[in-house]
Amino acid sequence: MNRLDAETRRSLLRDMIFVRRFEERCAQLYQQTKIRGFLHLYVGEEAIACGVGHLLSDDDAAVGTYREHGHALMKGVPPGAVMAEMFGRVDGCSGGRGGSMHLFDAGRRFYGGNAIVGGGLPLAVGLALGDKLAGRERVTVCFFGEGAVAEGEFHESMNLAALWQLPVLFACENNLYAMGTALTRSEASTDIALRAITYGMPSWPTDGMDVEEVVAATRRALSYVRTGAGPAFVEYRTYRFRAHSMYDPERYRDKAEVAEWRHRDPITILLERMVADGEIDDADAARAAIEAEVDAEIDTAVEFADASPVEDVADLERHLYAEAPR
Amino acid sequence: MSEIRDMTGREAMREAMSAAMRADPRVFLMGEDVGEYGGCFAVSMGMLEEFGPERIRDTPLSESAFVGAGIGAAIAGMRPIVEIMTVNFSLLALDQIMNNAATLRHMSGGQVGVPLVIRMTTGGGRQLAAQHSHSLDGWYAHIPGIKVVAPGTIEDFRWMLQRALDDPDPVIVFENGALYNASGPVPDTDPGVPLERAVVRRPGRDLSLVTFGGTLPLCLAAADELAAEGIEAEVVDLRSLRPLDDATIMASVQATHRAVVVDEGWRSVGISAEVAARIMEQAFYDLDAPVGRVATAEIPLPYPDHLERAAMPSVAKVVAAARAAMQGRVADPGEVVTA
Repeated sequence: MNRLDAETRRSLLRDMIFVRRFEERCAQLYQQTKIRGFLHLYVGEEAIACGVGHLLSDDDAAVGTYREHGHALMKGVPPGAVMAEMFGRVDGCSGGRGGSMHLFDAGRRFYGGNAIVGGGLPLAVGLALGDKLAGRERVTVCFFGEGAVAEGEFHESMNLAALWQLPVLFACENNLYAMGTALTRSEASTDIALRAITYGMPSWPTDGMDVEEVVAATRRALSYVRTGAGPAFVEYRTYRFRAHSMYDPERYRDKAEVAEWRHRDPITILLERMVADGEIDDADAARAAIEAEVDAEIDTAVEFADASPVEDVADLERHLYAEAPR
Repeated sequence: MSEIRDMTGREAMREAMSAAMRADPRVFLMGEDVGEYGGCFAVSMGMLEEFGPERIRDTPLSESAFVGAGIGAAIAGMRPIVEIMTVNFSLLALDQIMNNAATLRHMSGGQVGVPLVIRMTTGGGRQLAAQHSHSLDGWYAHIPGIKVVAPGTIEDFRWMLQRALDDPDPVIVFENGALYNASGPVPDTDPGVPLERAVVRRPGRDLSLVTFGGTLPLCLAAADELAAEGIEAEVVDLRSLRPLDDATIMASVQATHRAVVVDEGWRSVGISAEVAARIMEQAFYDLDAPVGRVATAEIPLPYPDHLERAAMPSVAKVVAAARAAMQGRVADPGEVVTA
């Protein structure tokens, strides 16, 4: 067992509850039509973004997918800026131009928000190449789903990163479904971590529902990457509790399967372990207290987003090319 | 006073890259066979020896990954030059060019710029058949968020690259393969022409031949032939396809009142269509003839020399189109196909 100290556990528990409540609020705001377009929620997968985020420094970079709210929050992007982005407002972290799928914060080295499956991998390889050529010792973490493994860009990027010994952590969030296509229906060989090894990098699968396992596997991978020896790969085995997006009737999986995975909720797992170890007396009470706290923060984020103006239509053609400071 | 030397397009581009790499440690070159092999078209021959394998970086045949790596490295503060062997291969990297390089600044609200230069060989006429010969310059020029330039003179082969490297946004440089072996005069100091500016290569009062890249030498030759008939053609070298320098195009058309657009790409939905539309929008009442076009026949380029030549723009086709413009009409397809 890879047990963390009580303080770290409390911090991770709070992070996971924050992301969970944030996503649940997003779903409500979508119903209220405050958020539009595609909205992909991370509910069930929080242990990964929170566990990995816990180990990144401000100087490290992260590249995400279109299911990236949790990653942005864990990279330090302020919740108000994330929410305002989904509202399409000027105070959004991408100025409102990106929306849910394109969260960016260059200052915090969060590079999207990439909604082409596999498209973020070459970008992450390049960020790491730039660091290596400039002699900077920092790491780029690239999150992607198991669906990306079917893309040519995945294989090209894995090879290039290993060939050039670049400081990339490939973080594969294997939630078993590429939208509605089960892994077993799309890949001839479903052991993703094993396949990564063939590119010449260390690779491990880990339980993506147990944040302590996530931290342990990620720490091991990052410590390798930080030696400068090249990339590493972690396959986080996880599950998405909610639909792919807000339009998904979930015809492709059994309700029983979802219910089974909900027994492995990463928040519950950690809470129960903390109770067993005497760090918390009452799981329900502890959870309710944290929820009240994070809900207040999320309220503030929603208020911030709501108060933010929309962009002037006169600026429609901005942000295409570099412009002089105004 | 700047000294003038004659050199080939290949030598000029090599000098441009080498000078940029000596001046700026952030500049590096990567692509297929740019190092040990010396470049598929020998453009980077000898550069590995001077700059070493870190900066003259051979890549696997992974167009999407190494173009994307160029984008990432540019964001991380480098000034990469990515070479793609031919424009047809660039289609394997189209996701990175279109969905990342062209869009990152916009979808990040202006935060993430991509100061990347992508060089690729374009054009036919070398019997390389239907997967190595196309001119997709116009396709790329369709995409907002990137800039597209095409040197048509050896001087531009030498001096345009630095302008592209200085640009804070992604620039695609289309190098017509026929120009690597062509020679021309090159000043040894930077003439300082802005990246986005069209240039009148030959002044003339009777009609404007608007072109770029590989068809520029052809238009200059056509202008010589036309001059012998007493027709003075002005040759406008677009240089930049996105953005287009409307002011230079319209100034020429407003002076000559007739225009023929010459493009090695296909006619339909291409650069020639775009330039003709802009002339119609901005200089309609200055025209004494409909805008003519000479472009490549709408087929994948065939291997046999005589068929390939029949498909592509030629001096004779440009002359025929110019004569028709002087008569106030467009050349009919027969005139330009058989010319």
